[in-house]
Amino acid sequence: MIDVTLVDAGRLAVQQEMRRDPRVWVLGEDVARGGLWGQYRGFLEEFGAERIVSTPISESTIMGAGLGAALVGTRPIIEMRIFDFVMCAMDELVNQIAKIRYMFGGQARPAVVVRMPHGMWRNSAAQHSQMLESWFVHLPGVIVVAPSCAADEAGLMVSAIRSDDPVLFFDPKDLWLAADRMPAGEIQPIPFGKARRLHEGGDLTIVTWSAIVPKVMEAVTLLAAQGVHADVLDLRTLWPWDEAAVLASVKKTKRLLVVHEAVEVGGFGGEIVARVIDQLGTAHVKVARRLGAPRLPIPFSPPLENQIRVTTEKIVAAAMKAARE
Amino acid sequence: MPKKKSSEKAGSGHNLARLTELYNTMTRIRAFEETALTAHKAGEIPGPLHVSIGQEGVAAGVCINLTREDRITSNHRGHGHALAKGAEASRMFLELFGRAGGYCGGKGGSMHIADFSVGMLGANGVVTGGIPIAVGAAQGLKMLKSKAVVVCFFGDGAINRGPFLEGLNWAALYNLPVLFVCEDNGVAAFTATASVTAGPGVMARAASLGVSGVSVDGNDVVAVDAAAAHLLAEVRGGVGPRLLHAKTYRWTGHTSTDAAAWRDPVEVSAAKAGCPIARLKSLLIERGAANVEAIAQAAAGEMTACRSAAHAAPWPDPATAFDDVQDVGAVRHV
Repeated sequence: MIDVTLVDAGRLAVQQEMRRDPRVWVLGEDVARGGLWGQYRGFLEEFGAERIVSTPISESTIMGAGLGAALVGTRPIIEMRIFDFVMCAMDELVNQIAKIRYMFGGQARPAVVVRMPHGMWRNSAAQHSQMLESWFVHLPGVIVVAPSCAADEAGLMVSAIRSDDPVLFFDPKDLWLAADRMPAGEIQPIPFGKARRLHEGGDLTIVTWSAIVPKVMEAVTLLAAQGVHADVLDLRTLWPWDEAAVLASVKKTKRLLVVHEAVEVGGFGGEIVARVIDQLGTAHVKVARRLGAPRLPIPFSPPLENQIRVTTEKIVAAAMKAARE
Repeated sequence: MPKKKSSEKAGSGHNLARLTELYNTMTRIRAFEETALTAHKAGEIPGPLHVSIGQEGVAAGVCINLTREDRITSNHRGHGHALAKGAEASRMFLELFGRAGGYCGGKGGSMHIADFSVGMLGANGVVTGGIPIAVGAAQGLKMLKSKAVVVCFFGDGAINRGPFLEGLNWAALYNLPVLFVCEDNGVAAFTATASVTAGPGVMARAASLGVSGVSVDGNDVVAVDAAAAHLLAEVRGGVGPRLLHAKTYRWTGHTSTDAAAWRDPVEVSAAKAGCPIARLKSLLIERGAANVEAIAQAAAGEMTACRSAAHAAPWPDPATAFDDVQDVGAVRHV
């Protein structure tokens, strides 16, 4: 095992794949100077300016040029700097990248990775903190990835780069600089659609992903101290998602709590709850519930931000209620 | 850089074979779209068509200068671009009709015809949609050490969208082999472009980003051909992007369901009097071409046959609606 941050894990994965495949390259703002967090540090020296391309602040063209370059046989990694800026490139992502293979009857394979660091990031306010991953699960034609630890960041990035499908890769901004460990040596691809079990328990199933995962695990320890043992699944990829693992767990516990940092209303938690009830039937599911943020923009000031955040305490309370009622 | 080229001057450098090839392409585009409109009126084609009748000289004059390896991106009015780049009329008709065997298997229709095998990277339903794709394709080709270039067709309405500025800046910045072709028919959907466009227009906007170009009468195919040849030679030489501004006229409404009663009839009559195909026909006859009528008749016959074949062709298997979404995470149930 090696000591890394998630930034290091992502960098090692992209570097490994760029060494393996000369068609892989990166475009985005400030990437040649290493990227905002150092996720491309050293790339200019190793790969040269043609494969690590710092671009103008032109999100539409960063996204669309990535697509065009994929259509002639290269494999671009499109860096969006932070997720919120993808709003400036929605035509290119939603109308072009996600549709082009289908619309053209299979002639095009848009093999791109779109990297979008997302989520709350202390005191960054409403345009630099959003989690709207559920929008993209709703969008046919793309794979949606949202890792929460270094090993998954690396393994899923390798899979994303090797994928012929377009992959939307949501790096968890708030966890990016956290200390973590991952296996040493060549990074193996992690298949899409496989959840990771973080804790075993029979009292309730907690399904979660991305930056909220460490808080869920804090809550799980507190719950265990009170005699409530949770089965915890980190989905890691939201499309495709590991429905089989979730169903197997809820079959055992009969209680489901989905925890996500995103707004609860219309969030992906609702889809998971609906599918579980649909597949298992109401007789076999005692509780199926979501915990997310209230339907508010993210405020700036620390006490305001804390007010709306999904916290360990809120997770403990929701889980306790779900397990006991 | 020449600002205008007259057909008399440029045409003198054209041999009869090249003029005949241009005429063949233009009459095929015209026949394709007139036949498609007739089929649409007869209820054979579902959904709207955006036709380019009157603008054939631009597609033909530009694409005669391209190799199969060169790529083009097109817009919602793209039948002519596809035909001129070498797409098969029969498969285009099948696609318009939504039938099996069409270029997109019936998933795209008129607005999304693509033929990657001839370098046609797709028509596009969003104005400026092709511009970022074109510059990216050029960047990818350059990275792969290809000698191919990219031609990006867009209309005058597109110059008011952000990706126009972004894309031209990008192509100039990275010195990319792109010929931007502004097919200026004077109308953005139903609105006169001049009434919604500030400043002196596309040439000045491009020049402000360091992209030089040529403005031509787009209804003079010989002038379009000559200007495109000149600009593409520069682009192939590695000077970076260039712009061809081709002033033309759309004879019809925005879509096949728009009778275009809003158009000024005097303006439309004048445009028809200056028909780019008729102009080339006169030149061909003047130069002694013998088979001019036969070319137009053959084009009409070809398209009529394509229409009949498409009408008789089977619908796609409904189950194919599930194909070609994505490899991983594909949905296989209703």
